[in-house]
Amino acid sequence: MDFDDTLEEASFRAQARTWLTENAPDHEGDHTDDFLDVAKAWQKAKYDAGWACLSWPKEWGGRDATPVEAKIFADEEARYKLPVGPFLIGQGMAAPTMMAYASEEQKARYLPKLASGEEVWCQLFSEPAGGSDLAALRTRSVRDGDDWVVNGQKIWTSGAHYSDLGILVTRSDPSLPKHMGLTYFFLDMRSAGVEVKPIKQISGQSNFNEVYFTDVRIPDNQRLGAVGDGWRVALTTLMNERAAIGGGGGTMNFQTAFDLAGEVDLDGQPAITDRGVRGQLADWYCKEKGLEFTGARSQSALSRGETPGPENSIGKLVAAKQAQDIASFCIELLGMTGVSMDHEELSAYAEAYLGAPGSRIAGGSDEIMLNIIAERVLGLPQDIRVDKGVPFNEVPTGAK
Amino acid sequence: MNFEFSAEQNLLREQAVGFLSDRAPLSVARRVLDGDETHASDVWQEIVNLGWTATAVPESHGGFGFGHLELCVLAEELGRSLAPVPFSSSVYLATEAVAGADSLVRDDWLPRLAVGEVIGCVALYEVTGAPKPDRMKGCTVTDGRLSGRKRWITDGDIADMAVVAARDAVTGDLGLYAVDLGSDGVGRFTVETIDPTRNHADLSFDNVPASPLMTSTGEAGGLRRLLDRAAVLFAFEQLGGAEASLNMARDYALGRYAFGRPIAGYQAIKHKLARMYVAIQLARSNCYYGAWALATDAPELPLAAATARVSASQAYRECTEENIQIHGGMGFTWEFDCHLFYRRAKLLSVNLGGEYDWKHQLISCIEADQAA
Ligand SMILES: Cc1cc2nc3c(=O)[nH]c(=O)nc-3n(C[C@H](O)[C@H](O)[C@H](O)COP(=O)(O)OP(=O)(O)OC[C@H]3O[C@@H](n4cnc5c(N)ncnc54)[C@H](O)[C@@H]3O)c2cc1C
Repeated sequence: MDFDDTLEEASFRAQARTWLTENAPDHEGDHTDDFLDVAKAWQKAKYDAGWACLSWPKEWGGRDATPVEAKIFADEEARYKLPVGPFLIGQGMAAPTMMAYASEEQKARYLPKLASGEEVWCQLFSEPAGGSDLAALRTRSVRDGDDWVVNGQKIWTSGAHYSDLGILVTRSDPSLPKHMGLTYFFLDMRSAGVEVKPIKQISGQSNFNEVYFTDVRIPDNQRLGAVGDGWRVALTTLMNERAAIGGGGGTMNFQTAFDLAGEVDLDGQPAITDRGVRGQLADWYCKEKGLEFTGARSQSALSRGETPGPENSIGKLVAAKQAQDIASFCIELLGMTGVSMDHEELSAYAEAYLGAPGSRIAGGSDEIMLNIIAERVLGLPQDIRVDKGVPFNEVPTGAK
Repeated sequence: MNFEFSAEQNLLREQAVGFLSDRAPLSVARRVLDGDETHASDVWQEIVNLGWTATAVPESHGGFGFGHLELCVLAEELGRSLAPVPFSSSVYLATEAVAGADSLVRDDWLPRLAVGEVIGCVALYEVTGAPKPDRMKGCTVTDGRLSGRKRWITDGDIADMAVVAARDAVTGDLGLYAVDLGSDGVGRFTVETIDPTRNHADLSFDNVPASPLMTSTGEAGGLRRLLDRAAVLFAFEQLGGAEASLNMARDYALGRYAFGRPIAGYQAIKHKLARMYVAIQLARSNCYYGAWALATDAPELPLAAATARVSASQAYRECTEENIQIHGGMGFTWEFDCHLFYRRAKLLSVNLGGEYDWKHQLISCIEADQAA
């Protein structure tokens, strides 16, 4: 049992490190105004040097690297605070779906531009009537000659305002039970009839949007999978979603809390001398390390040429809540200083606190993640579903 | 990256699972719980015959010279089976302490412990609170003779020898001493604990011959190191017990019907079980970290041990509490096995100092690390 790289892995890591040291720009994550430009430039630099989308085939802009090599590069890259957010959906979710379902021509046309960062994709799945219950979506697609005509509304679409393309699930037949009448497409976000309206989040930022479709025409050759088979295609996307989102707690990690507890005074002593504070910090350390070493276990499986077990499914669930707890703790330590938003450095905790609830909802809420572990890992029965087998247009809704 | 047990170690696990499910099912723990035995001596004898007690002992002293990873594997399976045997006292504690000795004690006791000719235990506690040097004042050694009283010694009634933390009467230095419990002047007083499947006793010493493990003093005679090393192995026992509790709860939930369907179909139960799974995965990964530090004698051992120990104590607590909850009234009966794990979870959580002491150590390690 060890953490050591094999010889090949070590030499790959050394190469990655050298290249990153020489090329990675100084940056502060996804939260600056110019993050999109920086992200695109960085992606292009990686692509040109052969460090983009490592595990993809070379012909599509990748490097045919092993999963372990891809993980090694990702780990090394994560040491720099580089903005990679804009590509998570395109590279992590749209690409695997395209690889599985698009034509060879389409793959050759779209995948390299995903790898090079020239084109950004968004995920048009969630709707006002379908979030956790995604298959309850209502955006309608109707066949018309060689095209489909799409009408309806998507919501919470991250990055729609700067995306070039989108993956889209629609309802093509409302008379079938809900999972059966869905059809999946990709489309140009500049198509006529697509309207993107920003939504203001509790943080005040607008990273996600409403997207309205009014008689939007999508050529039939941009359909992925068979008519009515959209749910199966969507599952390909969703299975990759968890891998793409991963577990990262961002800036609100153990070290953040530990550092602040060492600085802030509690009754004349640094907070960290308090037994209660120490206990809390230790809890977080154990969880953070537990996730880190769980990753190491998965990577070992990859190293041995095995498929990692289901243990990684705990990552987002644990990390998202922990980031929220740590942000909250830091604010508590700082008191009123912690809630005032006019101090550039110290308001980071308040900003993180306002951003944190999103991670517990996006990409499968805590409750949905628990259900996934319960059902897929522990083999427990599914919830009762009163809509099972019922034609979609007869399913009860919350609409009055 | 190779952060998993090897194929050979997994083979050992399979053998252990086979042996324990056959020879030490929960009915054996229950036999000890309900009867007058101090431990399952039949199972212990078979364990000795299998050579488990010699696992990590060097070949020079009659052992197999495997590493500690093999011992971690066995610990996890023993924890899962609740086998009522003095393995932890004799192997993780006494054998480890003696193996670390630089005196004649090593040659004298190690071969006998390795082949199971004698059972060892470790005597640390004197007063309430974690077993720390400042709480060890009542046992002193004068001219090679030990006097005083130690409390709550796991397997104190069973053991043939004890490693005792005591102070040199002249210098006041704390050290570890090997004591033959067959000597005149040793008194044993059985203590009932929350977990009657494991024997406990107080030991009194009246001018009993005692040999120091270390020829020189310092670092509280290796006490900290002994506890850190043992903590990793105990964490694996806790992990095994936690997983057994989850499996028990899951099986029961699938078979028990309420309101016309298995209770395993209700989200409140599903989510409990999912959270138990999460706690176990975190604990397992941290236990592996501990195993790595133990096996490689890494400088991170005190931190790794604390991390493994805290995670495993938490997972075992959550899993055993919720296992009873999921069993409803049945879980609260003497007849069902849930309480065997519930008892063991609390015993193991405090037997080397409780969760709060390990958390304190964990943060202290990081403070020291980052100050350096
Ligand atoms: C920051 C952010 C970014 C996002 N980006 C995108 C994007 O790019 N593209 C996209 O398509 N979507 C995106 N989403 C949408 C996201 O996938 C949904 O918000 C999420 O799936 C939850 O759906 P909902 O908001 O409709 O909540 P609901 O499904 O209405 O859930 C409300 C509450 O009910 C609970 N609940 C629902 N069903 C169950 C159940 N069966 N059992 C128990 N509890 C249940 C939920 O856990 C939650 O607590 C984003 C969301 C956020 C917050």
